[in-house]
Amino acid sequence: MARAITPRRKILTSGLAWAIGILLFFPIYWTILTSFKTEAQAINDPPLFFFFDWTLENYAVVQDRSDYMRFLWNSVIIAGGSTLLGILVAVPAAWSMAFVPSKRTKDILLWMLSTKMLPAVGVLYPISLIFVEFNLLDTRIGLVVVLMLINLPIIVWMLYTYFKEIPGEILEAARMDGAGLREEILYVLTPMAIPGIASTILLNFILAWNEAFWTLNLTAAGAAPLTAFIASYSSPEGLFFAKLSAASTMAIAPILILGWFSQKQLVRGLTFGAVK
Amino acid sequence: MATKASRSAARIMMAPAVILLLGWMLVPLTLTLFFSFKKYLPMRGDSLEGGLDWVGFENYGRFISSSSFWPSVQTTLIMVGGVLLITVVLGVLLALLLDQPIWGQGVVRILVIAPFFVMPTVSALVWKNMLMDPVNGILAHLWRFFGAEPVSWLSDASMQSIILIVSWQWLPFATLILLTAVQSLDSEQLEAAEMDGAPPLKRFWHIVLPHLSRAITIVILIQTIFLLSIFAEIFVTTGGAFGTRTLTYLIFQRVVDSQNIGLGSAGGVYAIILANIVAIFLMRIVGKNLDA
Amino acid sequence: MGRIQLKQVKKAFGDVVVIPPLDLEIEDGEFVVFVGPSGCGKSTLLRLIAGLEDTTAGTIEIDGQDATGLPPAKRRLAMVFQSYALYPHMTVRKNIAFPMRMAKMSLQEQNSRIEAAAKALNLTDYLDRRPGQLSGGQRQRVAIGRAIVREPAAFLFDEPLSNLDAALRVGMRMEISELHKKLDTTMIYVTHDQVEAMTMADKIVVLQAGVIEQVGSPLELYRTPRNKFVAGFIGSPKMNLIEGPEAAKHNAATIGIRPEHLTVSPESGDWKGIVGVSEHLGSDTFFHVAVDGFAETVTVRAGGDVDLHYGDAIYLTPDHELIHRFDEKGLRIP
Repeated sequence: MARAITPRRKILTSGLAWAIGILLFFPIYWTILTSFKTEAQAINDPPLFFFFDWTLENYAVVQDRSDYMRFLWNSVIIAGGSTLLGILVAVPAAWSMAFVPSKRTKDILLWMLSTKMLPAVGVLYPISLIFVEFNLLDTRIGLVVVLMLINLPIIVWMLYTYFKEIPGEILEAARMDGAGLREEILYVLTPMAIPGIASTILLNFILAWNEAFWTLNLTAAGAAPLTAFIASYSSPEGLFFAKLSAASTMAIAPILILGWFSQKQLVRGLTFGAVK
Repeated sequence: MATKASRSAARIMMAPAVILLLGWMLVPLTLTLFFSFKKYLPMRGDSLEGGLDWVGFENYGRFISSSSFWPSVQTTLIMVGGVLLITVVLGVLLALLLDQPIWGQGVVRILVIAPFFVMPTVSALVWKNMLMDPVNGILAHLWRFFGAEPVSWLSDASMQSIILIVSWQWLPFATLILLTAVQSLDSEQLEAAEMDGAPPLKRFWHIVLPHLSRAITIVILIQTIFLLSIFAEIFVTTGGAFGTRTLTYLIFQRVVDSQNIGLGSAGGVYAIILANIVAIFLMRIVGKNLDA
Repeated sequence: MGRIQLKQVKKAFGDVVVIPPLDLEIEDGEFVVFVGPSGCGKSTLLRLIAGLEDTTAGTIEIDGQDATGLPPAKRRLAMVFQSYALYPHMTVRKNIAFPMRMAKMSLQEQNSRIEAAAKALNLTDYLDRRPGQLSGGQRQRVAIGRAIVREPAAFLFDEPLSNLDAALRVGMRMEISELHKKLDTTMIYVTHDQVEAMTMADKIVVLQAGVIEQVGSPLELYRTPRNKFVAGFIGSPKMNLIEGPEAAKHNAATIGIRPEHLTVSPESGDWKGIVGVSEHLGSDTFFHVAVDGFAETVTVRAGGDVDLHYGDAIYLTPDHELIHRFDEKGLRIP
């Protein structure tokens, strides 16, 4: 909008926007800050906002006490594995729906969406039963499969909306140029859809990383990811604010960074293409 | 628009996704339905091998008539409604604000969006301890600073506290989607209205809000779906105590804590029906968008 | 070689028959143009030949071999699309190389063919650019380059010039005609523009609603249109079609006379009328004349120096040898 804005107005709106932004970000800022304090400083009255002796001690304690790295590794494996597995299943499906649409395509897409809306708690017991039956309880592979399934509809949908933007004529050109189905998908569709596929991977990695129903209910010590690692801090034990902060910071830092890259795709992914 | 060969290829390539999701939906759903008609208390010796007694709709009746059912429905409605109200109203205002020319827009945007990426267990714990702790929390410090008595947020104002935490998590989502919608508003429309002499409030009411109505509907529907199954936030803060036991949490307790599978399953069926009612509306909107 | 035969080829989408069974023969080395109004099925016909669509019935033979069930990749045909359909993530060089890469040609052979094609199409300086950095005309040439390196049995063009501006279109028209002369390979060209059809084709196939109205050389269609539709479609400006008493005088339901076969005179002639809108092209002038007793205005071509104005009374005389006569069904009366 090429409109004249008075400087006064810009100062006002900027000030307001920054104030709200800082207010909303404050809990995160406070957590990160506290993670560098000693436990005594963490509960100091009045609160210390910046000037204190910065320490990394808490991070060492958290790692020693609960082996942070193991939980991190579980999170990476579970979120990464479920996302990649989902992409492998979803790319061919999205290709079919975007480029060979039939009368049922729309129904299938909507049905897939509807599976996403199944309340997890409604099927908690059957799933646990199946997990026990197949010895999947507290295994990473079990969670990879479950998280892949709950995010599959979003992956298919996102890829579908990205593929839809690729003109069909280009794929037909590839066919005329002698490409078989495999070459068409591998050499033409995939490279053209790389940005879309990357955003899909990113967003679904974030969703899987933060998933906190199945990860809490289907794991114990062995395969627990960071969501469960943090939940273990829910019962307080003496002075623990700084340690809690350090653990929290470690759990959210990777995803905060990834999240900032994915803001644009977030909208499309979470509204199933209804808002772009 | 295609040949038989590509259509059969399409069917084959779609099969894995469809079969997986079909299995994911049907198998647990069937089991839940099955258990909901059975007496199944593993702690009292009931087992699948030993055979379960068919009890008809007894579980459904008991789930509804139990003293915790209606309060849990009420809790669910208040929690979902409260979060929706806060996120949508503030989301619209924030979206309009962020659409204005401001210094450092990119940074502000990041600050606003960040809470969405914090995993639910972390945000619940951080709020519970670092901010809402009645002795050492920031809010307690703030209250004392103004000479007030600190509040025991999660026990005395438990519902408001959880609504606040969840709203903090979901406000970025609402803002981001509404901001996208605001940005797609044709500025010529607004300028035309300005030329016609419409004051800002009228322009907002007659042009901006109708333009946002679809995005608002989508925000409401998607959030409702996610909010109905809020779990971790309650799990790590109140554990369902102090009047924060939602329907989801009640079912969870029936299944996991009291190990009454039949009763929990009947509750699960209710939850599924409830979610589907919301889902139907969402699907209509999304489906319409597909045709366009 | 590129001899293509369609035998009783039919296409239906569900219950909607787009192309009722039709026969067509395309000789090796011919430049054939499918022309017709939009929605006449010409593009569908081309896609059937390409293998991008299945035939509902009938067979397509390429060089005497049944190709009906073959996938597009196996038909040895190359296609140039309306949108050019270049691969946006590949450089011009890689775009042109793609079909050869698919055919697993040796790199050496690939490079020499790319060089040759680039030289012929004036693309040598652009080989390392991406399609996004090229103009419309250049993209079009890349699409053609990608088609010729395979040395296909036939080229298929689907309205290749419709995305170009008018001046560029004339130039590309000539380039494609020249390419055909040089390669002497069968080309099938789809367009809705009868000027393109007239100027490029060895053989024109006029289609309407999936039905072939007439097949013939441009001059055959111009001189002896088989029916009213072809008469009105081929030639610019359109042939005047006149019904009523004037047609009855010639024992026909409709008579047709081309604008260039009428003589204008201020004093005398067969038909008397009033000048309406006139279009001055410099070399020629087209007058739209309201003739007494005719339902529609008659278009006349006159020289560039004829000085007539809106509202002037004039006389028109058709060249009687060149009047086309059509019966009630719209068919030509010999």
